[in-house]
Amino acid sequence: MTSVDLSIALPEILLSLWAMVALMAGAYFGKDKLAASLTWATVAVLLLLAVLVGVLEPDTRAGFGGLFIDDAFGRFAKIAILLSGAAVLAMGMDYLERLNLMRFEYPILVALATVGMMVMVSAADLITLYMGLELQSLALYVLASIRRDSVKSTEAGLKYFVLGALASGLLLYGASLVYGYSGTTRLADIASTVHGEHLPVGMLMGLAFMLAGLAFKISAVPFHMWTPDVYEGAPTPVTAFFATAPKVAAMALLARLVFSGFGEAAGEWGQILGFLAGASMVIGALGALGQRNLKRLMAYSSISHMGFALLGLTAGSEAGVEAMLVYMAIYVTMSVGVFAFILSMRREGRPVVQIDDLNMLSKSQPAQALAVLILMFSLAGVPPLIGFWAKFTVLAAVIGSGYVWLAVIGVIASVVGAFYYLRIVYYMYFGTEADALDSDVVPVQRWLTLAAAAVTLLGVFNLFGIEGPAAIAAQALVN
Amino acid sequence: MLNLLSIITFTPAFAALILAVFLRGEDEAAQRNAKWLALVATSATFLISLILLFSFDPSDTGFQQVEEREWIMGLTYKLGVDGISVLFVMLTTFLMPITIAACWKVETRVKEYMIAFLLLETLMIGVFVALDLVLFYLFFEAGLIPMFLIIGIWGGKNRIYAAFKFFLYTFIGSVLMLVAMIYMYTQAGTTDIPTLLAYEFSAGPVNVLGWQIAGGAQTLMFLAFFASFAVKMPMWPVHTWLPDAHVQAPTAGSVVLAAVLLKMGGYGFLRFSLPMFPVGAEILAPMVLWMSAIAIVYASLVALVQDDMKKLVAYSSVAHMGFVTMGIFALNKQGLDGAIFQMISHGFVSGALFLLVGVVYDRMHTREIEAYGGLVNRMPAYAAVFLLFTMANVGLPGTSGFVGEFLTFMGVYQTNTWVAVVAASGVIFSACYALWLYRRVVFGQLIKESLKHIEDMDTRERLMIAPLLVMTLLLGVYPALVTDLIGPSVDNLLTHYHAAVGTEVVAEAATHAAPAAPSH
Repeated sequence: MTSVDLSIALPEILLSLWAMVALMAGAYFGKDKLAASLTWATVAVLLLLAVLVGVLEPDTRAGFGGLFIDDAFGRFAKIAILLSGAAVLAMGMDYLERLNLMRFEYPILVALATVGMMVMVSAADLITLYMGLELQSLALYVLASIRRDSVKSTEAGLKYFVLGALASGLLLYGASLVYGYSGTTRLADIASTVHGEHLPVGMLMGLAFMLAGLAFKISAVPFHMWTPDVYEGAPTPVTAFFATAPKVAAMALLARLVFSGFGEAAGEWGQILGFLAGASMVIGALGALGQRNLKRLMAYSSISHMGFALLGLTAGSEAGVEAMLVYMAIYVTMSVGVFAFILSMRREGRPVVQIDDLNMLSKSQPAQALAVLILMFSLAGVPPLIGFWAKFTVLAAVIGSGYVWLAVIGVIASVVGAFYYLRIVYYMYFGTEADALDSDVVPVQRWLTLAAAAVTLLGVFNLFGIEGPAAIAAQALVN
Repeated sequence: MLNLLSIITFTPAFAALILAVFLRGEDEAAQRNAKWLALVATSATFLISLILLFSFDPSDTGFQQVEEREWIMGLTYKLGVDGISVLFVMLTTFLMPITIAACWKVETRVKEYMIAFLLLETLMIGVFVALDLVLFYLFFEAGLIPMFLIIGIWGGKNRIYAAFKFFLYTFIGSVLMLVAMIYMYTQAGTTDIPTLLAYEFSAGPVNVLGWQIAGGAQTLMFLAFFASFAVKMPMWPVHTWLPDAHVQAPTAGSVVLAAVLLKMGGYGFLRFSLPMFPVGAEILAPMVLWMSAIAIVYASLVALVQDDMKKLVAYSSVAHMGFVTMGIFALNKQGLDGAIFQMISHGFVSGALFLLVGVVYDRMHTREIEAYGGLVNRMPAYAAVFLLFTMANVGLPGTSGFVGEFLTFMGVYQTNTWVAVVAASGVIFSACYALWLYRRVVFGQLIKESLKHIEDMDTRERLMIAPLLVMTLLLGVYPALVTDLIGPSVDNLLTHYHAAVGTEVVAEAATHAAPAAPSH
């Protein structure tokens, strides 16, 4: 049995081993000299693991006495996490080197955070869930403050840590209530104690606390306050990481918790998630209106997008989970493209992040500007770009479940959101002449931006076949 | 011919792709190549679309040249035309070469400009041929992107405000329509337009926040679609984006906007609102009729006091679109025929008027009416052409403008005489503003120093206007060209509509079974 158990968690184990090997290597061979090669090696490891997860046995297996589950749903999320982690690591290197931040701990912390996320999406028990979440969070706290000589970065790390600890506390308290009322920490067993559509009050309180804790991790309103500050303060490569993989992991974890643990009571948590979704879409859209810093703008944009993804879960159906997965995959693709571009923004060698730095980018770097234009229209949800299809699937799921009013709130919020995405286009194409940004963009950043834009545009043909795997993943979770 | 509609739709996009990939540089030769390629592509599209027109069988009321393929998420890529849409396809392909010719003088970012127009053409044709709800929405919305860029990059001084206003106004209307479309999808289980045309959506009254809504889901869906099409049309009171967009857009952009983009709203009413939500349409028709009447009178009065030529023509467009909605919601044969005729005619007439404003703007770089006067002395040809289109705009018999207005009046007179009376006063106002504009710009003594050396229209400009002139007169004296084509489709639409409304009324009466009949 032991051998079977270990093979279930093979990708996680391999990645943990790699992190330890890298740590040893970094410690023994002269510290930061190895940083660049370690980062590239980590990128390679993450990509290889994504392939490995993709070719693993397709059936659902539970192991470690039911603590850990390996199913299509988890694998879908893991591949998204691993690929986005690899992309973000690769595109951030140049930036970190310029700021002299290239420490060998950086790829290791990213690897450890990734292990945490993979455990999160495979968690079949409240204990595993918490373990994965904390492994991820602790690594992220350090990453946020990795720029030690910057007040803002330190502040970001501290803020993230304090609020994150509070959220973990809420989550734990909720978990203890759930345990108290159900007598078990295993999601499947909790589900068997839930009868009918209504939860006992204690269980409901527990679930609400746990959802609040997780809402913090995905930065859903009203637990979003940390997001703009942390996004702004953390070095941009770290921000890019925050915006992608951890969001997928936390969203997948949330889906796993509500569907595996409380699947029958969809009406109860549907209300909570519906509120989180509606508030996130609206506040995210309104909050971004006044932002002039691209990183803060992307923070609010991510809040709004998380609202849309939550909308899929609110539907409480298999179609809803599928929509959420498609949404997250598309969101991550677009975010990688946008952040690759933000990372490439420099003037005379110094990074800049204000939106008026984009003035007339279409003159100095037409290809990059066109790519960003496509990404912005896609984020705004204008067809035929894939951002529209993301919204379309989610809206279809939520209307199918009868929440038409939430869909109306969502689309109106997306019109407000369109304004600030368009404003970026406005600076790039209609703005006034200004000092151009440096045009010697590192190839990896340039190509990731262009590739993301190409995917965004060409997705109209068949969405790159993402529907099929997402449907299988959703089926694995809901049934 | 197989895939004819796909070929027509995507030829311009293909040309845009060639431009984007193969054409390099900003020098004069590259600019010339870009313009010629765009002109050849749009002309080729027009020629191919003639095959569509001649192979079209007007007596068949179903969809013709249908193409269907699997697409994502259970949607289909389905194209087809009926008597109504084939006309709009022809209007688009006919006008695009003229539009391209109208931007011959542009010198900044010519390649991108051409790409934007070519993509816009693909998206516009797509709107009229799409037979899948989501495919329609995709073309409908995606058209905002090139138009936003055309106004924003190549527009006038206040272009940024206009571009944002244009985009956000239209976007908010359309997203509500998207919600309704998805609701239709969940109800009917398909996004196939021919199937949906035959599907009866529930029209039982529903309660929303304590309000009882007669016609229920149909009324709500009608309103959601109405939000989109009324903005696009544009109807009073959501027309305010149009004058801004027109004034700031470059000449070619104004032409496309007035001649084709506005027609998408009217087409939407005919394709979706009437046949799919007949009960909702029946309930809300009086409201729409009065909104149209207000639009006609109000927009004409506002046009009267404009001192910017383009703004004046823009307000006259709002008034003329008022005739279109009035005709559509008269809900009878004359009204619908007139509305469609008016849309086609307005495409030629307003397109020509914007071109003519562009002609003097290119020379004097101002659109102020005050800056002109006495042009007839130096520009006789211009004066003659301008007079003809002014008359067509007023609706003089013998021009296409007359037929549309007359038919819509005939239609609405049978349905709601008071609306017809109010709207008729708009006709007088339209004569006022159009003729007054003409007098101030063309007649009188040429006393302004700056106008002393103004040149008459050159060959390119004459060639641009000539086809529009021919069409305006031809349709004016022989309207059957259009009405024969649309006749069977319109009849079919009306039969379907009256059948649906009739059965609904019977069903409602049966369920209530009370002596007090429901008011609708």
